[in-house]
Amino acid sequence: MSEPGTDDPKPMQRQEQAVGVPPRSASASPWGSTGEPAVTASPRFAGPVDDSDALTRLHPNYKLLMRLGALFAGLFILVLGIVADGAMQAAEFAVPFGIVSGIALLLALFIIIRVPNRRYHTRGYQVSSDRLRVVRGYLWRSDTIVPFGRVQHIDVDQGPMERALGIATMTLHTAGSHNASIKLPGLGHELAIAMREEIRSHIKREAL
Amino acid sequence: MSAADLPAPVPASGVPRAAPSPAAAPQTRAEPQRTAPLSVLVGTLQSAQGAILPSIFLGISSGGAGVLVGLGVGFALIVLGTLFAWLSWRRLTYTIGAQDIRVERGIFSRSARSVPYERIQDVSLEQALLPRLFGLVSVKFETGAGGGEDLSLAYLAQSEGERLRQLVREQRNTANGAQSGSTDAATRDDDSRALFAMGPRRLFTFGLFEFSLAVFAVLAGLLQYADNIVDFDLWDRDRIEAFVAANTGFLEALGRSAQIAGALAGLIGVFLIGSLTGMVRVFLREWGFTLERTPRGFRRRRGLLTRTDVVMPIHRVQGIAIGTGLVRYRFGWHRLSFISLAQDNGASSHVVAPFATLEEIAPIARTAGFELPGEDADWRRASGRYLLDGALFDGAMFLIAAVIAGLATHIFAPEWRDVAIGVPIVLAGLSIIAKALAWRFHRHALDAYQVMVRKGVLAPRVQVATRLKLHSVEVAQGPIARLRGYAHLYCGQAGGAFSIPGIPVARAYELRAKIIETIAATDFSQLESQSTPAA
Repeated sequence: MSEPGTDDPKPMQRQEQAVGVPPRSASASPWGSTGEPAVTASPRFAGPVDDSDALTRLHPNYKLLMRLGALFAGLFILVLGIVADGAMQAAEFAVPFGIVSGIALLLALFIIIRVPNRRYHTRGYQVSSDRLRVVRGYLWRSDTIVPFGRVQHIDVDQGPMERALGIATMTLHTAGSHNASIKLPGLGHELAIAMREEIRSHIKREAL
Repeated sequence: MSAADLPAPVPASGVPRAAPSPAAAPQTRAEPQRTAPLSVLVGTLQSAQGAILPSIFLGISSGGAGVLVGLGVGFALIVLGTLFAWLSWRRLTYTIGAQDIRVERGIFSRSARSVPYERIQDVSLEQALLPRLFGLVSVKFETGAGGGEDLSLAYLAQSEGERLRQLVREQRNTANGAQSGSTDAATRDDDSRALFAMGPRRLFTFGLFEFSLAVFAVLAGLLQYADNIVDFDLWDRDRIEAFVAANTGFLEALGRSAQIAGALAGLIGVFLIGSLTGMVRVFLREWGFTLERTPRGFRRRRGLLTRTDVVMPIHRVQGIAIGTGLVRYRFGWHRLSFISLAQDNGASSHVVAPFATLEEIAPIARTAGFELPGEDADWRRASGRYLLDGALFDGAMFLIAAVIAGLATHIFAPEWRDVAIGVPIVLAGLSIIAKALAWRFHRHALDAYQVMVRKGVLAPRVQVATRLKLHSVEVAQGPIARLRGYAHLYCGQAGGAFSIPGIPVARAYELRAKIIETIAATDFSQLESQSTPAA
């Protein structure tokens, strides 16, 4: 199968800038780091296996998508706050106008500005010769490894917003009852397709 | 889920090696067939069985001409049931095709289902009492789809059922192609080896531990049923009060010791009935229990009135679980189940030794490719911090309850305040002790090719999984877990749940690395075709 890096290099080199997001456990992991370069241009399928290695970051548009979602949530909270404030004025509570709205505004700003950043920076993935590692979670972290040999089938989905932003969600399905499907959102669409082909070719090769 | 990535081979030209499959070709009939005509008779008898109770209740309740009414209703129910059974029989056909089994059914709305041979996990035969009298079986093709979406045929002649089972195995083998050379030898059940059996003596011992109060539930259900049909309001308030009033006088007339004796006799009666129910249930379910190792997998037969015959291919076994009970554990009795995607009458795992000693269980487990944890197993506990956090959380819950109860009683009923505060505090202490004990006995270990978990204070449960047959590994941490440096490990197991909570982060990553190392070495399709897991 085609090496994704050679197929269409433009989107990937632009998108995926691997960054050192060592999981909190990196220092505790007994097998240590092999001192891989912190920046990788594309996911390396032939790479050595080190599950505490640097993660590949997701497409920047994914942050935008999360921010759009956060915008809706934030506006909703702001409206709620203003309505509550108005209602309290009407009921003549001894609270000056603006306190509740102000708190709602701060909360909304936090959700719109800070949360997508944190979520984006805590997400990432890592591909090596025989497995995919998906890390996600801001407060509740999860770090999952799926060996290609256990993948049953692969989906690449795009919602309307994702299509507009040129990103896609890749889902790996396994036969396990826990983690029956592992989602990796926020990949560039071409990259997701290339990764799907690559993973599929691995399944085939090992099955023969 | 089987061989998911292999395209379905075309038997005509696609399998060059297994050229003219000797057994499958002549038996493959492509025309639709009906199930055994005697099924209609079974339907009649079943509706007769169902008609008995309503007829009796109607007969009793509606006085003089009631007997006639009861008989008439009973007769009508039987005729309707027979008609329905006949229609269903007429409208159900099955086709044994070259690549799949197809079933078309439905009286008004038709449904057609096709299951390819490669997707059929096991073929199990079940004989309830009535079909058994006529030599009929119901055949179930397990696909592991879950949610009762399996293909089943009721009823076929016993010989036809056996033939179908044989046919499916042969088709599977030719489809796999790999074992084509040994197809004939491997699919015969001749050289099967008995692994475990339970005689009447063992069943009696088993029955002693199976105390059950199900009979009271059944009685209550019957009363409810009678209540609906008979014009006699059992729960009529006046009637009950009259009954109680009439009998309390009688009770008060007895002396205190007689009252106590009466209560004791009642308890003993309940105990006896419960034990007897358990005994009867065990004998009904487990009579003639045999587990055999056949070339195609494990074959389990059991049942007194309803006999079941289940075959589970050995490579489908994803893990084993050993359970026990509070009392039976003291006498060394355990239960062994196989975890797989297939369902066993609604249960998610197959019980292969319901009541056995560990010495008997070990060889069965070994046959399936599992070793019971030995004396030298490197058992590890969860992190002490995980215990501390959990205990603090549980204690805090009860303390909050104590504060609320204390405030409430202080306002509304001051005389109960000490009790309202004391009880939750005692409960808090107990819950912390329970937590600590559970932590002490919850351990995990890793050996050359397995992961093992053991938990339970009074009745320990052991779960063993082959590392090779896990599908993914996740390390998860909540905010508190991250702050305190522990993590939970979740393994994706087909048909089961396998997790190790609250272990130190370094240990979690170490476990994951070792498990993934084993998994990644073998592809899923190789898992499916190999008959014994590699060590």
